[in-house]
Amino acid sequence: MIGADIQILMPEVVLSLYAMGALLAAVYTTKDAMAPVLTWATSGLLVLLAVWIGINGQGTNIAFGGMFVDDGFARFAKITILVSAAAVLLMSEGYMQRRGLLRFEYPLLVALAVVGMMVMVSAGDLMALYMGLELQSLALYVVASLRRDSVKSTEAGLKYFVLGALSSGLLLYGASLTYGFAGTTLFSGIIDATAHHPSLGLLFGLVFLIAGFAFKVSAAPFHMWTPDVYEGSPTPVTAFFATAPKVAAMALFARVVHDAFGGIVGDWQQIVAFLSVVSMFLGAIAAIGQTDIKRLMAYSSIAHMGFALMGLASGTALGVQAMLIYMVIYVTMNIGTFALILTLEKDGRPVTNITALKSYHKREPLLAMIMLVMMFSLAGVPPMLGFFGKYAVLLAAYDAGLAWLAVLGVVASVIGAFYYLRIVYYMYFGEDTDALDGKASPVLWVTAVVTGAIIGLAWLPGINLFGLDPIAAAAAATLVN
Amino acid sequence: MIGLEHYLTVAAALFVIGIFGLFLNRKNVIILLMSIELMLLAVNINLVAFSSYLGDLVGQVFTLFVLTVAAAEAAIGLAILVCFFRNRGTIDVEDVNVMKG
Repeated sequence: MIGADIQILMPEVVLSLYAMGALLAAVYTTKDAMAPVLTWATSGLLVLLAVWIGINGQGTNIAFGGMFVDDGFARFAKITILVSAAAVLLMSEGYMQRRGLLRFEYPLLVALAVVGMMVMVSAGDLMALYMGLELQSLALYVVASLRRDSVKSTEAGLKYFVLGALSSGLLLYGASLTYGFAGTTLFSGIIDATAHHPSLGLLFGLVFLIAGFAFKVSAAPFHMWTPDVYEGSPTPVTAFFATAPKVAAMALFARVVHDAFGGIVGDWQQIVAFLSVVSMFLGAIAAIGQTDIKRLMAYSSIAHMGFALMGLASGTALGVQAMLIYMVIYVTMNIGTFALILTLEKDGRPVTNITALKSYHKREPLLAMIMLVMMFSLAGVPPMLGFFGKYAVLLAAYDAGLAWLAVLGVVASVIGAFYYLRIVYYMYFGEDTDALDGKASPVLWVTAVVTGAIIGLAWLPGINLFGLDPIAAAAAATLVN
Repeated sequence: MIGLEHYLTVAAALFVIGIFGLFLNRKNVIILLMSIELMLLAVNINLVAFSSYLGDLVGQVFTLFVLTVAAAEAAIGLAILVCFFRNRGTIDVEDVNVMKG
């Protein structure tokens, strides 16, 4: 029996063994000199695992008595997580190397965080959920303060730690109430317990669990850590925070509300819709005054989480499908945007002020064009990929009878368009400055061009969003039935 | 006779004290770590009480996991705090304010 179980979670086992083995190997040999090799090796392994999961995954496999579920939904989220983490690792290498930040722990901490995320999206039990979440969070606290001689980076780590621990506490309190009133920690048992008139204790547990998840996906009003952590962390780490952990937390959110509380959709729907509205508007309005592009991206990600939550708030299979599509598109846009942000530098020092982008198109016509595509896509302007993500969630919300939510979403997205378009305005119509002198490294250049092409050309007939729609539909169908 | 509700009340009180400690404390980051610990211990009381009430061992297994993770969490928190202290020379909560907005 145990052999069959291990077989099911082989990708996680391989990645954990790799991380621990590489850690020992690096400590006992050349330490930081190994860091570039390890970064590339980790990135390669993550891609290999994504391919393995994509090709090998069949049906729904349940391991360890229901604690670990490997279904289409989990595989979809895992592939997104693995590929985005691999891309961010590749993007980090040059940047961190030049600033003396590339320690061998960095790729391995990312690998361990990815293991945590994979457990999160596959959790079928409150304990597996908690362990996955903590493995991810503890690794992320450390990478946030990776630049340990900088006040900003350590402060970011400290804030992330304190608020992350608070959210884990809330989530755990919810888990304990759920366990007590459902009598089991298994999601399959909790859904039985909620079948007839859920007790007040279970509802309390649900609310605490949702508050914990809202912290992890940085949905308002639990977003306060996001701007500071994004600004203070080294830029490649910020890029990582903006991508894989968000997908994992969102997938975990969807898994818990559907797998464990799928019988009482009406009870959590209103909470999720509330989180969605507040996040969309807060992200759109608070970003207007920002001049630091990393802070701006933090508010942008809060707004985007609001849209993804709108899909979840629908409470239908279509909603989960829209949420998955939205997350994949969001991650692609963020990888592209951060690849461009990583190229912004002056005299070898990173520049994050958006006024530095003034008349950027004269210096770098191609990169400015890609940035324009990214900003239009983030704002949701058709025919960029971002528009299709927004369209999917709005349609799902409308379909589920939440027309008011869809209307508010459109309003928020119009408000939010202002700050994205301001960046475009600076790049094309701002007066000349010499605030930038960096050159894009090959990896960053290729990443930016590839994501720019994906986002700018996905609407072409025959490409059809790269077949994302049916895959996401199949994944959502395994979760909601 | 002490029943389940007594344990739940104590746990809820501890949990709320922990949360208030996080938000009202203006002095020292170490106190934040203590407050976090208090929250996690409140959860443990909950889990053990439910476990004994339900006659089900899972809650106690969960408690052991929580204890282990809390230890790891405290270690990482203190490590980050030491780095912060080296840079800033203080661990007052009021001074954790380089970034704002």
